[in-house]
Amino acid sequence: MKSSVIIFPGSNCDRDMDVALKKFGFENQMVWHNDAEIPKSDLIVLPGGFSYGDYLRCGSIAGKSRIIKSVIDFANSGGLVLGICNGFQILTETGLLPGILQQNKYLNFICKNIFVKIKDKENKYFKKIKKEVLELHIAHNEGNYFCSKDELKSIEDNGQIAVTYCDHKGNDDEKNNPNGALKNIAGIFNKDKNILGMMPHPERMIDPFLSGEDGSLFFENLIESL
Amino acid sequence: MKVKVIVTLKNGVLDPQGKAIQQTLNGMTFDNVSEVRQGKYFDIEVNESDENKAKSQVEEMCKKLLANLVIEDYKIL
Repeated sequence: MKSSVIIFPGSNCDRDMDVALKKFGFENQMVWHNDAEIPKSDLIVLPGGFSYGDYLRCGSIAGKSRIIKSVIDFANSGGLVLGICNGFQILTETGLLPGILQQNKYLNFICKNIFVKIKDKENKYFKKIKKEVLELHIAHNEGNYFCSKDELKSIEDNGQIAVTYCDHKGNDDEKNNPNGALKNIAGIFNKDKNILGMMPHPERMIDPFLSGEDGSLFFENLIESL
Repeated sequence: MKVKVIVTLKNGVLDPQGKAIQQTLNGMTFDNVSEVRQGKYFDIEVNESDENKAKSQVEEMCKKLLANLVIEDYKIL
């Protein structure tokens, strides 16, 4: 299985993602944002970081990069596109995913382990994961998911909520909402569920000695599902 | 010609920075400040002498990049 990680000026989780993808069997290639074409891939990943220093709005400038046209074409033809953290912000700015990530409600940069509840398994990203709750890591200043009421209704009706912030038991209530995100949303799909954007970093949870292993479950499932 | 644009958050959209500024102002004895909404201002130099053309171009820029219409409104001055 081939994957491509796109590097923007200011990306800083690109190498972690490369390590994670290779560990679980992907043949990964790094792609520069100013390239015109993406090499043949089964999965495209937009990594975390601070592309263009978060100027204007997070992800807005990266969302107009030269490579983005081929990402959009790939996504529209059903290809798997995964955006983590800043990658999620870029996906909303390109319009591939609805809504926007606003500044955290309490104006703080949050860097800690959290739990997320998997809300949908009828998709390639979570299909064979046996657990319902994963422990992952977040590190962001703008993770406060927001969209209009109509959009929220359509997201809920279509089962596009992928993961929500919760406690270790899976209670995804306001008490377990770290950043003010609407409905505790930590990640969403597009309608066809081939595009996933999420704030938590599975690539930081692939080593039992350094962190935890719930990210491993994510990548193991991904390579099996493809 | 120069075109000026103001981008503001839509009504009802949470503005934590504006809120923090308001609370700070209140703490500085400006007790009568009941709300602050923070926005962005752009000065755009367009090499175009026809004002209408320039403004309609800037309008496109607002829709495509300068504002995110999910949460923001723009005003061309």
